[in-house]
Amino acid sequence: MPGLIGKKIGMTSIYSVEGKATPCTIIEAGPCVVTQVKSEEKDGYNAVQLAYGEKSDKNTPKALQGHFKKAKTTPKQKVAEFDGFDDANLGDVFSADLFAEGEFVDVQGTSKGKGFQGVVKRHGFGGVGQSTHGQHNRLRAPGSIGAASYPARVFKGMRMAGQTGNAKVTQPNLQVVKVLADKNLILVKGSIPGAKGSFVKILK
Amino acid sequence: MDTIIRDIQNELTETKEFPKFAAGSTVTIHYKIKEGNKERTQLFQGVVLQRKGTGATETFTVRKISSNVGVERIIPISSPFIEKIEVNKTGDVRRARIFYFRERRGKAARIREKRSFAK
Repeated sequence: MPGLIGKKIGMTSIYSVEGKATPCTIIEAGPCVVTQVKSEEKDGYNAVQLAYGEKSDKNTPKALQGHFKKAKTTPKQKVAEFDGFDDANLGDVFSADLFAEGEFVDVQGTSKGKGFQGVVKRHGFGGVGQSTHGQHNRLRAPGSIGAASYPARVFKGMRMAGQTGNAKVTQPNLQVVKVLADKNLILVKGSIPGAKGSFVKILK
Repeated sequence: MDTIIRDIQNELTETKEFPKFAAGSTVTIHYKIKEGNKERTQLFQGVVLQRKGTGATETFTVRKISSNVGVERIIPISSPFIEKIEVNKTGDVRRARIFYFRERRGKAARIREKRSFAK
């Protein structure tokens, strides 16, 4: 799928002509520079590497500086691969006008980290629901995690406490409500994963 | 980043000029209502309990007593349905959110009017 790298700006709502308020997320989409074109013959698959966001020379390793120099561009903060770009050349620039108003996109990002969480928050377990009748300290405990001598082990994939959030999340089928091509901003309906200012991939 | 959000809100929502009002004010809202394909204006008069949010997402809560039942409406201030807001009284209250007003009935549910001595 072709797409762009972007940055989550924040949320707002806009009003339609009929007066309906639509919650929207503002994303800065591009401009993205093609820094590498991967081909079937050379790399085994077809893809395009895009780069987004300005970064100083000082904070870029020499090897990467050379990589960006090859595409005749300045060092960038984020690089990502996309497929589905036909006939893109090294140094090409793609910006927000890649998207049209009304079309549906998937947005991929890293969700906000919530730390090590118990099963109630992480998997939506109900907890005990009773604070008396001998519950003492078991209010948010997971309960039994399996039977006894058969199977004599805990099944793989058993839902337990652990790191929550800070994982790759794809939010599919978000409608593009508005494209502001001159500012490289797009507005999509609904929310997207991640904190404000975090990088996202917008897939067509 | 916040400036980008503000710019977009200014660009995409038309801001109407309303008179100044805050919690404790008594206001009349002229609200457009669509019935089928007819449009008419409804009035809603009550006391403002709070204003919440900023920019295009700002809302305010209006409370009135209608046939002995308290009715509250939360209205987005940028809603295109608002035709006009009239400020009938500016109340003298100390809080930005006067939720205590919900427990008041009858004579107790009165708010002193703010006197302004400006010429």
